[in-house]
Amino acid sequence: MNAAGFPLLSLLTFLPLVGAGIILFIRGEEAVVASNARWTALWTSLITFGLSLILWFQFDKTTADFQFVEQISWMPEFGLGYHMGVDGISVLFVLLSTLLVPVCILASWEAVQSRVREYMIAFLVLETMMVGMFCALDVVMFYIFFEGVLIPMFLIIGIWGGARRVYAAYKLFLYTLLGSLLMLLAMLLLWYEAGTSSIPEIFNLQLDPSVQVWLFLAFLASFAVKVPMWPVHTWLPDAHVEAPTAGSVILAGVLLKMGGYGFLRFSLPLLPQATEWFAPLIFALSVIAVVYTSLVALAQEDMKKLIAYSSVAHMGIVTMGIFTLNHQGLSGAIFQMLSHGIVSGALFLCVGVLYDRVHSREIARYGGVAKIMPSYAMVFMLFTMGSIALPGTAGFPGEFLVIVGAWQANPWVAFGGALGMILGAGYMLYLYRRVVFSRISREDLKALLDLSPREYVTFAPLILLTLWMGIYPSSFLSFFEASVAALVTRHEAAMALPRLAGM
Amino acid sequence: MNWTLILPELVLAVAGLVILAIAVLPKRDTDFAASMATLGALLLAGVLVVAQPDGEAFLGQYVSDAFTKFMKLLVLAGAALGLLLAMDWNRKEGLARFEFAVLLLLSTVGMMVMVSANDLIALYLGLELLSLSLYVIAAFNRDSERSAEAGLKYFVLGALASGLLLYGSSLVYGFSGSTNFDGIANAITSSETAPFGLVIGLVFVLAALAFKISAVPFHMWTPDVYEGAPTPVTAFFATAPKVAAIALLTRVVAGPFAELAVQWQQVLLIASLGSMILGALAAIGQRNIKRLMAYSSIGHVGYALIGLAVGSELGVRGLLLYMAIYLFTNVGAFAVLVAMRRKGRALEGVDDLAGLGKSDPAMALAMTVFMLSMAGIPPLAGFFGKLYVFLAAVQGGYWTLAVVGVLSSAVSAYYYLRIIKVMYFDAGEALDPRPNSLSIVLAGTGLFTVFFFLFPAPFLAAAQAAVAALVG
Repeated sequence: MNAAGFPLLSLLTFLPLVGAGIILFIRGEEAVVASNARWTALWTSLITFGLSLILWFQFDKTTADFQFVEQISWMPEFGLGYHMGVDGISVLFVLLSTLLVPVCILASWEAVQSRVREYMIAFLVLETMMVGMFCALDVVMFYIFFEGVLIPMFLIIGIWGGARRVYAAYKLFLYTLLGSLLMLLAMLLLWYEAGTSSIPEIFNLQLDPSVQVWLFLAFLASFAVKVPMWPVHTWLPDAHVEAPTAGSVILAGVLLKMGGYGFLRFSLPLLPQATEWFAPLIFALSVIAVVYTSLVALAQEDMKKLIAYSSVAHMGIVTMGIFTLNHQGLSGAIFQMLSHGIVSGALFLCVGVLYDRVHSREIARYGGVAKIMPSYAMVFMLFTMGSIALPGTAGFPGEFLVIVGAWQANPWVAFGGALGMILGAGYMLYLYRRVVFSRISREDLKALLDLSPREYVTFAPLILLTLWMGIYPSSFLSFFEASVAALVTRHEAAMALPRLAGM
Repeated sequence: MNWTLILPELVLAVAGLVILAIAVLPKRDTDFAASMATLGALLLAGVLVVAQPDGEAFLGQYVSDAFTKFMKLLVLAGAALGLLLAMDWNRKEGLARFEFAVLLLLSTVGMMVMVSANDLIALYLGLELLSLSLYVIAAFNRDSERSAEAGLKYFVLGALASGLLLYGSSLVYGFSGSTNFDGIANAITSSETAPFGLVIGLVFVLAALAFKISAVPFHMWTPDVYEGAPTPVTAFFATAPKVAAIALLTRVVAGPFAELAVQWQQVLLIASLGSMILGALAAIGQRNIKRLMAYSSIGHVGYALIGLAVGSELGVRGLLLYMAIYLFTNVGAFAVLVAMRRKGRALEGVDDLAGLGKSDPAMALAMTVFMLSMAGIPPLAGFFGKLYVFLAAVQGGYWTLAVVGVLSSAVSAYYYLRIIKVMYFDAGEALDPRPNSLSIVLAGTGLFTVFFFLFPAPFLAAAQAAVAALVG
């Protein structure tokens, strides 16, 4: 059952918690505590990442089954169990989470100076919740991790955030909570119908289409907020703008993926009829998201807000891809989620680099950075290109596949997606031009230092991945090949069933 | 006559009388010794409850089974924790008198009688013993106008509730010919043939019990009494008596009136919906944290009543679990309220918690845990309480309850978050150092709330046994 020979996924999930526990008990002067907390957090997250690489090497790409499965009975009389496992859809998200956390801790090394201990604990707890969510194979556990993410995120934004942090933290929490609670009801129904909360067993349920519609809406309430889809995306720009840099990175890199992952994990396999029924609605919302938020992004004066809106647009491509329900679209959507996790995370880091030096996110505050910080300009350009989806960068394969998939589903949807790509090039290049090129608008900018060694280290893995994913996407696509194929087959089989019965 | 069944109650009652008799003699302060003796008596009673055999006593007036054991242990725990919260407070406020411990003991006897009551007379006896003690405790700070007002208000409304209960009981007796729960159950063969007067009597009894658990629309006294009473007394009000009253309500509807489920389900459904909605909305604007907790407790009663309103075994189990978790979480939260004191003066404003995250990180963390648990955020204990009642609602197809329940929990999350926000995001002065007794309560309840998910099995098993005893 377990290819690693030991409970790898539990270890990945709870190791950060152990690190957090150690940090909790560091004693001494504030500076010592801060420094120890940083190092402990970094080492914990690095070890976790190192362990997670076992998944990369030992994952069996030929099967769509769950692997590295662990199962312990927890509340047997309710059919509730501790059940972990990954398949092709979730495995790379686990790696993405474990990769981004050490990056975030490095990025906050100097930026966070107050309450360092609590900050690091919050990040490690967050890692536990994220990894746990992608590994959970039990609906109640899934919900616990899904919702548990809110606690550290609320505190990260609320304590270490910008001026309107309280408003943003509340908005994030309440939006997500409201959606999730409706999802909880849907999950309770599934749990009750199946008599067990184990996801693989729930997959065997054949639900009545009328029930499916309600379940779909309940899941949609949660995942649409999380993705976020238009029109429930408004918490995202606020949360991004107010969050500290590392918070934005995790938010864009991992938390937004939870919605897409939820669609793939629950809505598609469990509710085939409802998925088919609601696909046009999702397409419409996705196209609106892509086009509308791209236009909104063009008008932004705040760098973080611009990238936040670009995230909404990119995630619109993802939902579009998921609901094409064909191989290209689904693969593209998953790939796009991964690449967006890397690229937009990196873009927020780029903003963070400037913010740490100048303490402003206003685009007009900058200009001519290329002459002062040439290496930084290079790095920023790479990620800008990644966001535009230039061939050869991480953004391209995902968007391309989604548009190919969407073309098969509905050419107009594909047109909307393509329009988004064009607009994406527009707002990203416009941002880049205003910040990096043009003349040096202010004297004080001349004193800026280029990237420090720590920042190089922070960016290095992301640069590597952006290029790798762009140049040789197969090494990533191969992970979810089998799972996507199984998902498509499953969906088609489910759709064929009533038609056969009707004949 | 199997009088050994009431051994725990006897121990408590005798302990109360002995403490009363001895403590008046010496000149110096006896409150500490009285409190310790009370704690000892509660502990002893707890041991006796666990060791108690199942059975009936006093011609079926009194029962002991897994259900009463579960509830009595909760009540005893609530009373002991309430006393721990009060000891330091009373000393600082100049209220350190041994009568407090004695009253608390007597009210505990009342609650235990309520839990074990299997007869309308025993029910009334227990309820009155509890209520009379509570009226006095509410006004315990007799030099404070607000405390006296709280006591009086509670007395007037409590007396009204008692009147309702007696009137309902007399109707039930008149139409069923028995005051014994088993006798009433035998008299009701089906809901169609049940005499109308019996249904009226049932509604009166339900209304009286709704007063005691402060369910909408009989909740009006709650915020005022909670605000006026001394904080540790409020903590006690919000926990043990509520658990006892819920136990009684459960016994009444599941025992004698089981056949009339259609009737009482409607009543409880409306009470549950109303309590959840009111608890969520009315707390938002509160600036006094005790009032806020009052509305929060109304909301929690609403969630707990979901378990009863759906009328299934799963629901009752959820209810029991909910009350257990509610008790410990609430005691923890009130421990923080009791500790709110600056330069020797007790504070009650939500804003007075400002800056706690910096000045007392451990307490702020504990309060965060309690607030998030009450909001039902996993993996904290409160989530599991909600999980089981919602599961019962979904299972029974009560979608209105389930949907209103989740929506009002989302709304109530707002004011729980506000407390966290005030503690961490706002700046403020440090509070006085907290006494050790509170630290112990905080640590214990905090650890329970955080780590409940690791060991839910014994609680679930106990709740399951309790339900089986009640229904079977």
